[in-house]
Parts: sequence; structure tokens; C-alpha cells
Amino acid sequence: MDFFILMLAFPLVSGLLLTVFGERAWAPNLNVIASGGTFLSAALLTAEIVANGPRFAFGEEFFIDSLNVFLVTLTAFVGLTTSIFSGPYMRNEAEHGKLSKPRLRLYKSMYQLFMFTMLAALTTNNLGILWVAMEAATLTTVLLVSLYRTPASLEAAWKYFILCGVGIAQALFGTILLYFAAERVLGETGHALLWTHLVDVKGQLEPTIMALSFIFLLVGYGTKVGLAPLHNWLPDAHAEGPTPVSAVLSGLLLNVALYAILRCKVLADGAIHTDFAGNLMMGFGLFTLVVAAFFLSRQKDIKRMFAYSSIEHMGLITFAFGMGGAVANFAGLLHMTMHSLTKSAIFFAVGHATQKTGTQMMESIRGIMRINPLLGWSLLLGTLAILGMPPFGVFASEFMILTHAMKHHPWATPVLLMALGVAFASIFGKVQPMVFGEGEGRKLAHAPAVTPVFVHLGLVLMIGLYIPPYLTRWFNEAARMLG
Amino acid sequence: MNTIPLSAQLINLFASVILLLAFAMLAQRRVLQLVNLFALQGATLSVSTLVVAFTTSQHHLYYSAGLTLILKAILLPWILHRLVRRLHVKSDVESLINVPTTMMFGIVLVIIAFNVALPISQLSSTITRGTLGIALATVMLAFLMMITRTKAIPQVVGFLAMENGLFLAATSATYGMPMVVELGIALDVLVGAIILGVFFFQIREQFDSLDIRHMERLKDS
Repeated sequence: MDFFILMLAFPLVSGLLLTVFGERAWAPNLNVIASGGTFLSAALLTAEIVANGPRFAFGEEFFIDSLNVFLVTLTAFVGLTTSIFSGPYMRNEAEHGKLSKPRLRLYKSMYQLFMFTMLAALTTNNLGILWVAMEAATLTTVLLVSLYRTPASLEAAWKYFILCGVGIAQALFGTILLYFAAERVLGETGHALLWTHLVDVKGQLEPTIMALSFIFLLVGYGTKVGLAPLHNWLPDAHAEGPTPVSAVLSGLLLNVALYAILRCKVLADGAIHTDFAGNLMMGFGLFTLVVAAFFLSRQKDIKRMFAYSSIEHMGLITFAFGMGGAVANFAGLLHMTMHSLTKSAIFFAVGHATQKTGTQMMESIRGIMRINPLLGWSLLLGTLAILGMPPFGVFASEFMILTHAMKHHPWATPVLLMALGVAFASIFGKVQPMVFGEGEGRKLAHAPAVTPVFVHLGLVLMIGLYIPPYLTRWFNEAARMLG
Repeated sequence: MNTIPLSAQLINLFASVILLLAFAMLAQRRVLQLVNLFALQGATLSVSTLVVAFTTSQHHLYYSAGLTLILKAILLPWILHRLVRRLHVKSDVESLINVPTTMMFGIVLVIIAFNVALPISQLSSTITRGTLGIALATVMLAFLMMITRTKAIPQVVGFLAMENGLFLAATSATYGMPMVVELGIALDVLVGAIILGVFFFQIREQFDSLDIRHMERLKDS
């Protein structure tokens, strides 16, 4: 049994089935079961890779190694928990008259197809297919962002489509340039876009073209990562779309886009022989971090605020990978994992909190702890975790990034500390009165699913206290591969 | 003086026509005419690819040319035409900046594009290398069109024209991407156009207009 094919088949087949049968009573269960199947096959695939090393699939078109297999597992895991969370959440939304049956069908089928495109983007060996899958990921989520059909959500979806479309067009030009550089070395064998072939000859690729190509790729995929100044779509899309979509956009899509940049960076580094690519990423990362930190303090909408927090963390991760080297890459990968788990947990908690209080405006949300203690604790703990408080895992990765920056790029440390400090003050200052204090909430027809929140936070806590040795080995291997 | 072979001259001629059409689209104020210009650009692109395929006997370029003709000269313009009629978009396209100024910007962009493309074309050995600058210029002009237009449909035409420019870039620098990638890109463009079609109706339902200036409410105060 090939677990790789199973992993791609689950979301694809169920996505197509749900487009037809999405209105049946069993459709939400199918959504969860398919996500569970995807996760199970991803886990078994990971076990196989850990035991036998990297492998190809479908000839050389797909390639799974230690770098992408960990992202595959993460994606499948968050995909599963989000589908569990979205069950009661979407039923409550339908109950409140915000969504009709056909829209729920659209949601479920697009959700599965979105998972498919992301898993395909992560596992493909062909940089052209990577582009196609990234664009397809945008297309599947555009209609999800506008699911409520409110003026604001339509505007958000339009912005998302146009900005990401323009961005991804830049990435296509970058890919064309890369292909051009590769064809001069590899010839017209049809292998010139396969990453495994490119990495073998990366030293011979023409440096000028590769530098130009990397700029286009960074700007293009960087739009999807949410790097400033191309981040405008991100807060809108997160705030106006349904919460499960915000959770997967923040927790997964941004990671996948960053992964695309990392794959290209390995090639660019090999060809250019200087820190050009790394410096570019450090600059973009630091700028993004600072911009996001200062926008955080001005937010009034809770989902918008956490969307800016995602931008902030993506900036930090981009900065870490920009520094390069085994330690910084390790920290970057760890932070990617921690951010995905924590941020999706926060969005789950925020989703139910907004349903309880009926608003996304932070000044109207008060006393969640009193309305539902479990929900209050999950929001509070999630916020503390994302702000980098020990003993959560985000602290570990942020600490590693900071100490590494102090050692090798001391000039950046004050900027980093200031941005993290501003972010801490703005987020905590706003979450604290929402959690404590007096407030009233309505009773929900379907009990919120808080299990996914605590599973995520539990994992983040565990990694903060103790990283299992196989996980360390795995991260180390991936970090080494990034150079 | 060495003479340029006829095929290369033809390729350069078609590339120039594509650039001219990009300028024409920038200046065009009527939506239906804009869609027709886009169709014409797609057709020119297809013919130019055909000439490259014939001269270099790259067989997969024949398929690309066919795909371009079907998708960009027939199918997408047809979808856009239907949309324009179904949505009763009658009024002229409004531009944020007046046409002569836009054209001036366009000329500056073309000069920039040629300068950026120069080092790449020098390294290229393809018969089409001269057109890389034109391809980049087409991409940038389409980008300019997206920025200056205030209605949804012209923005989308700009988006699709940008894809035309990128396709030209791919044929001029490398004789086209591998077939599987090109099919994937074509599929994405088609699905994107269909989703946008659905989306237009949603926008129309909400705002009673396709003017995207209605959609400037989401801002950070």
C-alpha cells in the first residue's frame, strides 16, 4: 500500500464527493473521516521516510524528504483538528442563519480540495507544479473567504484574489527564469524544473539569472507568506472569512508558501555563493515583523489582530531562515511548527468566543471566562503561548532565534526585542479584559469543540518542556539540508 | 552586416504586435473592445508560438500554440463577453489616471523592462531572445492596467494579459515550459476565470455595480 498516494487520494476524492453529496446529513462526518484518513496516511508515510530515507513517487514528479515530510504531517494534523472544530462551528453558523446548505456544501468540498493542493505543493519535486499548486490553493480559498457574501467579505476575497494573483504571477516569472538558468546546464531533458536534479547542479547555475529569479520568487511567494509591504490581503481575508478558514490560512497556507521560498533559496544560495538570498530574506523578515507589531496595537477586530500576529511571526521565521546555518534553520522550523499549532488553536477559541458574544469587535467581548471557563482558559493560554511565554514551545524557538541573532547579527537584536515587546503589550492588553471581567453570552445550539484547542496547546507545551529525540533528529536533518 | 533570418523577423514582428496591443488595451475605454483586444493579443501570441515551433521544430510548442488559441483567443474572451452581456456592463471604463499620462508611464515601464531583460537575453541562445524584453514589458503594462482601472472586469483582463506576457517570456527565454507545467497553468487560468465569473455575480448582487471603489471599506483605521 502506498501511503503517499492514499494521502493525496483522501482529500481529492472526498472533495469531489462532497461537491455532489455535500448537503447530506453525513457530509460533515465524511469531512472529518477524510481528514482523519489523510492524517493517518501522512503519519504512516512519515514513519516510512524516517525508516527508509527520502523517496520519489510517480516517477520523479513527487519527492518526499525530511524537510517536507514534517510539514506534510503538520498540515495533515492541523487539517484534521480544524475539520473537527468546524463541525459544531459551522452548524452554529447555519443555526444563526449566516450560512445556507449550498454554502456549507461549498465549504466542505473546497476545504478538502484546499488540503489536496497544499499537500501536492509540499510534496511535488517539480517547481512548475509547485507554482500550479500554490495558485490552485488560492483559487480554492477565494470562494471560502467570501462565504458569508457580506460586502466586507466580498471585498476581502477580491483583494485576496487580485493581490495573490499578481504576486503569484511574479513567482511564475521567477520560475521561468529559474528554468532558463537550469536549461543551460541540464539541457532540454525535461528534468530542468525537478528540484532533485537542480540541487545536484546548483553550483553551475548562472548567478545573475538566479539572483534575479530569486527576487521574483521571494516577492511572489512572499505575497502569500504575508511579507510586508505585500501583506494587505491577509488581515482582510482572515477577518472576513469563516474561522476554520482563518485557522488553515494562518496555520498552513503561510507555511506552505514559505516552504516554496526555502526550496528556491537552497538553489539560489548554491548558485550565487554569497549571502544575497539570506540578506534579502532577513531584510524582508525584519521589516514585516516591525510593520506587523505596530499595526497590532491599532486593531479593533479580534480576528484581524491575530491575523497581524501571524504576519509578525512569519516575519520572524523569514528572518530566522535568512540568517541561515543549522541553528537558525532549526529554530525557524521549530517556530513554524509552534506557530501553526498555536495560531490555529487561538482561532478555534476565537471562533467560539465570537459566536458566544455575537461580535468580533474586541471592545464588546467581555468576560469569556465567566461565560465559558474552558473557552476563557483556551483563549488566555493560547495568547500566552503565542506571545512567547515560557514554558510554551514558542518561547523555545523565539529564544533560539534571538540568541542566534545576538551572536551573528547583533544589530538586529534591538529591533527584534522592540517588535516582540510592542506585540506583547498590544495583544495582551487587549486579550486580558476580554477574558476577565463581566460579560454575557448566548447559549449555542451545538457545544463548542474545545478538544482540538487543548490538544494543540498540549503539544506546544510538551515541545516547550521536552523535545523528543526523534523530533530533534528530524528537525536537525531538515535544517542541515537547508544549508 | 549579418542578416536576420525571416523567421526571427516574423517572431519579432509578432512580439511587437503583442506589445502594441498591450498599449492599445491600456488606452481602450470600452469594456467590449477591451475584451476583443485581449482576444487579438491571445491570437497573436498563438501565431507567434506557432512560428517558433515551426522554425525550431519543438513539437510541444505546437500543443502550446493550440492551447493558447483555444484558451486565450476563444474560450476566455467568450466567457468575458457573456459576463459583460449578462451583467449589462454598458458604461465606459473609468481610469484613475487619464490616458496620456498612463501612456507616458507605460513608455517608462517599457524602457525599464528592456533594461532588466538585457543581461538575460545576452545569455540566451534561443532564436526568440530578442523578445524577452517585450514579454517583460507586456507583463508590466498589464500590471499598470490593473492598477489604473477601477472596474472589476478590466482588472481581470489586465490579470489575464499579464499571463499572456508571462507565456511570451517563457517561449522567448526557453522555448516554453515543460508540457505538464503548461497544462497546469492553463487549468489554473481557466478555473480562475470561472471562479471570477461566479464572483462577479456575488459582487454585483451586493454592490449593484462592478466598480471596485465601493470596496475600500476594509482599512486599518
